[in-house]
Amino acid sequence: MALSCTPEELRFRDEVRAFIAARLSPELRRASSLNVSFFSDPDIVAPWQRALHERGWVAPGWPQEHGGPGWTAPQRWIFESECAAAGAPQLSPMGIKMVGPVLMRFGTSAQKKFYLPRILSGEDRWCQGYSEPGSGSDLASLKTRAVRRGDHYIVNGTKIWTTHAHFANRMFALVRTSDEPRQQDGISFLLIDMASPGITIRPIMMISGDHDVNQVFFDEVKVPVTNLVGEEGRGWTCGKYLLEFERGGGVNSPKLRYALEKVRGLANSDLSYKAISHPEIATKLSEIELDVQTLEFLELQVLSALQRGENPGPVSSVLKLRASEIHQAISRVGVEMVGQNALVEERRRPLHALNDTPIIPEGVLSVVPRHLNGRANTIFGGSSEIQRDIIAKQVLGL
Amino acid sequence: MDLSPSEAQRMLRHSAERFIAEHYGPAARRHAMQDPMGFKRENWRKLADLGWLGLPFPEEVGGFGGGPVEVAILMEEFGRGLATEPYLSTVLLAGTLIAECGTEEQRMGLLPAIINGERLLSFAHYESDARAGLSEVHTVAHTDNQGWMLHGRKMAVLDAVSADVHMVSARLPDAQGVGIALFLVPKDAAGVRLRDAPRLGGGRVAELTFEQARLPPDARLGTGGDMLPAIEGVVDRAVAALCAEAAGMMRSMFDATLDYTKVRKQFGRPLGANQVIRHRLADMYVQCEEARAMAARAALLVGADTDSTQRSLAASGAKVKIGRCARNVAEQAVQLHGAMGVTDELNLGLYFKRVLVFEALFGSVDYHLQRHVKLFGNSRSE
Repeated sequence: MALSCTPEELRFRDEVRAFIAARLSPELRRASSLNVSFFSDPDIVAPWQRALHERGWVAPGWPQEHGGPGWTAPQRWIFESECAAAGAPQLSPMGIKMVGPVLMRFGTSAQKKFYLPRILSGEDRWCQGYSEPGSGSDLASLKTRAVRRGDHYIVNGTKIWTTHAHFANRMFALVRTSDEPRQQDGISFLLIDMASPGITIRPIMMISGDHDVNQVFFDEVKVPVTNLVGEEGRGWTCGKYLLEFERGGGVNSPKLRYALEKVRGLANSDLSYKAISHPEIATKLSEIELDVQTLEFLELQVLSALQRGENPGPVSSVLKLRASEIHQAISRVGVEMVGQNALVEERRRPLHALNDTPIIPEGVLSVVPRHLNGRANTIFGGSSEIQRDIIAKQVLGL
Repeated sequence: MDLSPSEAQRMLRHSAERFIAEHYGPAARRHAMQDPMGFKRENWRKLADLGWLGLPFPEEVGGFGGGPVEVAILMEEFGRGLATEPYLSTVLLAGTLIAECGTEEQRMGLLPAIINGERLLSFAHYESDARAGLSEVHTVAHTDNQGWMLHGRKMAVLDAVSADVHMVSARLPDAQGVGIALFLVPKDAAGVRLRDAPRLGGGRVAELTFEQARLPPDARLGTGGDMLPAIEGVVDRAVAALCAEAAGMMRSMFDATLDYTKVRKQFGRPLGANQVIRHRLADMYVQCEEARAMAARAALLVGADTDSTQRSLAASGAKVKIGRCARNVAEQAVQLHGAMGVTDELNLGLYFKRVLVFEALFGSVDYHLQRHVKLFGNSRSE
């Protein structure tokens, strides 16, 4: 058992650091640090993804046969940690960490051959069609219907909370292909071209002023049958597999550590009137530090289990639950620290390209919007209540 | 970077689990608690036979050369079974200080006897609340041509009644600054008074008074110098070990509670069918996992190869995080057992009391949180 890096791991870390130093420009870093949304905007992501793609580092968790770097679990951890610590833009997980793994597991060879390289290159930008207005936590009750007609499915219905639908050219969606006694059995996993006739997108503004999510409407949308992933009626299996990746397949604590370091920097600066000198702020930061350390260790334990070839089990719900709560604790203490600068509601976007100087310093500009947007952390990807249900059922046998 | 246990560590856990399952059933535990020594001596001999009394000691004195990670494995299982043996006092505190600071005679004279189970020691250090920190020592030691004279009072001395030798901290009046010395005091030395009491949840605790207690010249541990840094190191490692023990106690409380909510029926269905109960159990489970992770992390970071600031941060941090989790799990475990949870008919109450002991030992959660804040700030500004 060792927390420290081996000499090879240290060499790898230096290699990653050198790459980041060479390819992550100060402009990109600044834009990324002012990005409020959960996923970075495409104009920030694209140059960084190109740089990573040249090096073959876009998808750390993918096997080599599909264009991944073939890294060990500790290498993946080091890579994620270094990128987060440097404030690099966050690539959209919807291709790399969500639909990608599903295609590798359930897709046909033609689907893998077509879609996977386009995820890596950034040519395809994916969005997720899961939730519906009447189906949030109770996802299996979804009603968007796909009816087979010849070589196509005809899709009618609507999806909601679709993050970055307005940037995406493709959607992976759960749709109802039949009515079965058990709702889950009538669901299929479909890949939909967002340029298809009959699709309209309605933006939904967040309380932070960000446009992240949308409602997507389908009116007689034709989807080729070849875009079905896995068997018809077995989409729930794909969907669940994907959600496990969404919740715990990645590593969250490096990003949380970066967010905490930023808040700590704020606490030590004049931007917060040196909030660190107030014992209650210093105490909160220590408590959050301990929560981050705990999550880090849990995630490293999962990586070690993966490295041994073991299945880490339903721990992804534990990780998602804690990561989302810690994220909110960090953003909340940030708001407390900036004091009356929290009074300004800055709704213009993007924050890195405002056409005049705001009345509050740039260093505190994203603090309140990030806190507002961050309230969604315990809601998306299965709310905290759903995670507790999963733990009770799958881990505790209740 | 690999958190997989080694084969030897897996085997240690396996045999510790088996030992606890065999020797710490509810009846055996109650029986041990009635022993005037607070534990059964035959269990101690079994620990010696298994080699565990020598676990953290170097091989040249007959030990196994294990570190905090191995100690944590053992302590976690002790916590699951709520063992009351004086492992902390004899092995992790007094024994480790002898191994680290003792003269060759003291090491060779005492450690083999500790390892084979013949000798028991207590560690008598605190005089007022642990909040005051480890340097708060008023007991004094005078020297003359016949040896040492010890004068003072020690409180909350764990396992003193069973100890053959007390390791006692004292100030030397002629020493400059904060110098603290340690003395090995035989239990029957003249001027030593022991007032023993049951410890909350099992085991014994005592007040020790020294009234001009006469000690031979070689009673002082080591060859001089301030012992405070060594005491701080050993206490940090003891805190990490107690954190592992607490993680084990939490797990047992949680398992008992989960089982209970599956069989106890009200309104025609098990308690565990109610979402409010299910969610609380999910949170308790998360806290058990967090405590276990944080204890393992502390064990990896309090070893001899860590600098003292990082070591203390790891120990204090674990005490804070696990202290909070343990209190919640203990309180909710009692709550979910309903009225049964506050009776003496279940073992749950013993675990609850031992969580209070864990909280009180070596400084409360708040004490360690403030220590963490200070050390963390310092470590960042360097």
